[in-house]
Amino acid sequence: MTRKEARLTKKGNGISYAVLTLVSLFSVFPLAWMVISATNRSVDITRGILIPGTAFLDNFNKLLSVQPLGIAMTNSFKYAIILTFISLFICSLAGYAFEVYHDKGKDFVMKIILLAMMVPFVAVLIPLFQIMSSAKLLNTTAAFILPSISTPLLIMLFRQSARSFPRDIIEASRIDGLKEYQIFIKMFVPTQKSTYAAALTITFMAAWNAYLWPIVVMTDKKSITMPMLVANTIQGYVTDYGVVMIGVLFCTIPTVIIFFFLQKYFAEGITGSVK
Amino acid sequence: MSKHKIMLNKKQSITGWIFLAPAVLLIAIFSFVPMVQALLLSFQSGKGANLSWSGAYNYIRMFQDKIFLQSLMNNFIYLIIQVPIMLVLALILAAMLNNKSLKFKGLFRTAIFLPCATSLVSYAIIFRTLFANDGLINFFLIKLGILTTGYQFLTNTTSARIVIIIALVWRWTGYNMVFYLAGLQNIEYSIYEAARIDGASTFQIFKKITVPLLKPIILLTAIMSTNGTLQLFDESFNLTGGGPSNTTITMSHYIYNISFKYVPKFGYAAALSFLILFLVAFLAFIQMRVGDKRD
Repeated sequence: MTRKEARLTKKGNGISYAVLTLVSLFSVFPLAWMVISATNRSVDITRGILIPGTAFLDNFNKLLSVQPLGIAMTNSFKYAIILTFISLFICSLAGYAFEVYHDKGKDFVMKIILLAMMVPFVAVLIPLFQIMSSAKLLNTTAAFILPSISTPLLIMLFRQSARSFPRDIIEASRIDGLKEYQIFIKMFVPTQKSTYAAALTITFMAAWNAYLWPIVVMTDKKSITMPMLVANTIQGYVTDYGVVMIGVLFCTIPTVIIFFFLQKYFAEGITGSVK
Repeated sequence: MSKHKIMLNKKQSITGWIFLAPAVLLIAIFSFVPMVQALLLSFQSGKGANLSWSGAYNYIRMFQDKIFLQSLMNNFIYLIIQVPIMLVLALILAAMLNNKSLKFKGLFRTAIFLPCATSLVSYAIIFRTLFANDGLINFFLIKLGILTTGYQFLTNTTSARIVIIIALVWRWTGYNMVFYLAGLQNIEYSIYEAARIDGASTFQIFKKITVPLLKPIILLTAIMSTNGTLQLFDESFNLTGGGPSNTTITMSHYIYNISFKYVPKFGYAAALSFLILFLVAFLAFIQMRVGDKRD
């Protein structure tokens, strides 16, 4: 590299650093501000205080006194964990089957399933609500999870990862006398960690953050979820920003933790599917 | 092929059907059946449970419904302004992060991707609070002497729309950037080095190498974003509440209102939702062409 080129690269990187730093700050600021605000009194928040305060426990107790935080947290974890577990099992099994046993019939069914991707949720919202209502499932875990267990996206993700799963292993396992379901559980599942991690991230986050469907079918106070609780904190005439922000904080912590643990796999999973 | 092997293959094929049956049945019951029901519903009208067949009445009526036309226009305003800004920004950021001589790449990537970990309701409320009359943005604008009293960002149509667009860009740019970064990993880095040795400028490399090679992924993200934008709900519902007087309301929010907020008009709501389906369908068709390349 000549000196001029080196200088050019350095200049180019300088612009990159400036832009990336600016965008990073823009990305992190609202969240940092939310965390700081959760420790400040509402009055101080409106006074533009940007340093952590001492009102964390006060805000927390106030939130507890006006909103069922424990119930919402338990519900959100319950719905999201059950949904993720069932969804990953059913979709990976289907994705594996669509690839490993693929023939004309199954390829055709796969195409039909992909059509479901274009159905906007709001288009099936009313009939789904009527189905749940007439099956007396309103305010149950079943109502929350049933419509989102099987998604074309996850099936596609697992079909894509099954594509690079060596056929020799399947053949060898068959010769060793393994049944087809044993091949799936003992051979396929343990080798697909990054796909499962990506699928887990997508499914858990979608379940945790779901809002439109829960406000339609989970109307009972006892079946409230975290996003519903957060939205409730801004109802009413006077908004206590400290209380609002602590609600937002509790709603955000679980997904941020999952995000930090699994972001590497998420990127890997996407890399696999866009190849 | 021996008789034995044919029998085995048939057995395996049946196993395959059994494996995929639960997933396929669930999609059929919770996606396709409701879709047909919604189509039937869209040709009926009435309030609550008193529905009667009314032909294409709902479909004619929507084009005289000012709030619906407003919501349709809002979705397209968000689509036309927000999606290009977000995708171009995501592409530039990805190209910058794909530079081997750059330090702190992991840190930048994590920071920019972080908003994706926030729930839609949470971020809508964070932005609503930031842009409130007594919010932080107004506080600084007053402090800097730009304003004397708080500007009503959320009760003024244009500024409320701008706030929604800023919020959307904040929430989704990192998400799209990760797709581009994944795509860039499939491009040989030596192509960039060769171009640089040939004296290509950064902008030329971006325009002549990065963008053309990422074309399929750019298309994919464009379709995903379009799809998402046509279905916006949380932002309208929790950030602006659709206001002032329904000028920022989205189609999904309006459909929710007619179904669950006022006296339910399920037939009309179903017709409106079918219009969204038609809009999305055309784009999903392209999506499948791009996404499924086996045949």
